[in-house]
Amino acid sequence: MRSDTGKLSLILLMTPFALWIVLLIILPQAGIGYVSLQEKVGPRQYEFGFKNYMDFLGEPIYWNTLLRTAWMSILVTILALLIGFPVAYYIAKIAKKQSRAGLFLLCLIPLWVSDLVRAFGWIVLLRETGIISGALQWLGIIGEPVELLYNDMTVIIGLVYTVVLFMIVPLVSTLDGMDDALLEAGYNLGGSRFTVFRRIIVPYAMPGIVSGCIITFMLTAGSYLTPILLGGKNSSWFTEQIYNQFITRYNWEAGATFGVLLLLFTSFVVWAGLRLTGQSLATTVAKE
Amino acid sequence: MKTSLKLMLAGTAMGLTAGSMASAETLRLLTWGSYAPDELIQKFEEEYPDIDVEVTFSNNEEMIAKLRATGGSGYDLAQPSHDRIYAAQLEYDIYKPLDLSQINTDAMSANLLDGVKANTTIDGEVYAVPHQWGTSGIMANIKEAPDASGWADLCDPAYQGKTSMRLRRTILLGTAFGMGMNPFELYADKDAYQDMLDKVTAKLIECKSNIKTYWSGGDDLSGLMLSGEVVLSETWDSTAYKLYNENPDIVFVPPETGALAWIDTFAIPKGGEADDAAYKWINFVLRPENVTIMSASTGAIAAVPNGIELLPDDKRSAVQAAFDQSDLDNLKFFANIPPGLEDMEGLALERIKAATE
Repeated sequence: MRSDTGKLSLILLMTPFALWIVLLIILPQAGIGYVSLQEKVGPRQYEFGFKNYMDFLGEPIYWNTLLRTAWMSILVTILALLIGFPVAYYIAKIAKKQSRAGLFLLCLIPLWVSDLVRAFGWIVLLRETGIISGALQWLGIIGEPVELLYNDMTVIIGLVYTVVLFMIVPLVSTLDGMDDALLEAGYNLGGSRFTVFRRIIVPYAMPGIVSGCIITFMLTAGSYLTPILLGGKNSSWFTEQIYNQFITRYNWEAGATFGVLLLLFTSFVVWAGLRLTGQSLATTVAKE
Repeated sequence: MKTSLKLMLAGTAMGLTAGSMASAETLRLLTWGSYAPDELIQKFEEEYPDIDVEVTFSNNEEMIAKLRATGGSGYDLAQPSHDRIYAAQLEYDIYKPLDLSQINTDAMSANLLDGVKANTTIDGEVYAVPHQWGTSGIMANIKEAPDASGWADLCDPAYQGKTSMRLRRTILLGTAFGMGMNPFELYADKDAYQDMLDKVTAKLIECKSNIKTYWSGGDDLSGLMLSGEVVLSETWDSTAYKLYNENPDIVFVPPETGALAWIDTFAIPKGGEADDAAYKWINFVLRPENVTIMSASTGAIAAVPNGIELLPDDKRSAVQAAFDQSDLDNLKFFANIPPGLEDMEGLALERIKAATE
């Protein structure tokens, strides 16, 4: 009787989660995978086959864009880590208890504004007739207007700004749990600041670093608005090509193929990252 | 337990149908931004109090993608351009034939109506009628670029870093015309068309260092032109007319090879559920007094015999500043796109975007 109730409550608790996973994640992915294996032979006629994947391999533009997207996403992830870590450390360890919540809130505020508006904020700042260009001219540092928009650097800045919070949050929560006594012990045993950082803080924060990196990398590689709005005439982004396949070329089969490839490739990068740093997903997600 | 569940479901279903029967009919429009001004919707709903109008703004490509995804349901009236209907209908079967007896075709200008009919007739059934037309060409700030006259000027080094274009099929076609080719005549011959696309691609890649950036929407383009960052750009005429009101130096220039003309149409999606309301809307917006309100919002010219005269004053003067009779005679109407062409063009566009100078 009691175990029945236990089972029932387990089923009831699991149902929303299972429905979510099956209906919104697994089914659509299976659908995308199925569409990607359709070859178009004529109007409303399809055959089963791997032609779309062959087309992807045969056209350098596509895999170059995928590699470029992955490379820039890795760069963004590293920059977000370099910027996010000191901020997270300050909030978790150095700031006074009372001000922590406030500081954390300050980090969250930009998230209240949509991606689109934040991208337009950067446009207003960086364009040739924009605020920064104008200010530099006013100060006499430059003689004529300078274009800061429409290049890869702008895309990276915009992306780091968008995702850095997703690096800070897991880092703060990990560092928060670290006992200050560990640091004191490190210093007492003669460790320099650098040694303490390298041998104590970083290993302790590793689960936070890894999960932060995974989240930011995945968000960046899958982002669409920021690279489109801030990128210039040469900056292709893989999600843009997926959009183009679906919408401007009416080629859902190729679009689905690209979607599958993006998922596989980013998963591979995450796996490779975990292997390289000697971490495993289990220790990151379910910390002892 | 089971019966009570069934009862409940039945009850809910009855409640739902009763609810929808009691409420007003809904006309779900799938159209371009600014093609359904609030003023007109209000007027329409006053005239037909039992119809509610719901509007979704979109563009040619997204309209087809949306209708394809649902098999043609979800909307009651769509407004794709005249060259985008034939192939989409053949491939995806997303529209239903129009009942022309329900439409006041006498109000439409005869040559546009015949043109659209010729482009959208499949197995003897007509799938679209014209609504408004306009052109694509170039827009110049005549203070900075007084001599701009054609598509090729976008790549003129004299305007280094100060030109722009939208990386879509229009610029491929325009550049082809600018290079002395006629893409519409090559539509039927895919090899010849690919050959033309290759030349255009090479030209536009070479041109990349000359342009500032690719614009993606009307607002984007307006910002670039009004700030003076760009002095010459590929454009829709309606966007140019809007800017002319803010800065009379910015004018639309029909390229010497002919401005590319499009006609936005009315087509009824296959799963449309309010055909009567859709016909009422079509007839309503083509009435002369409503044409002016519509054109004030869209900047495009209604497909009625005196469309240009019915433009609001500011738009009419902008059109007259841009076009003379010879430009109007030289218009190049977009020809029907055969199936598969967009895929070839898409690859060309991606090559251009991915190329480094």
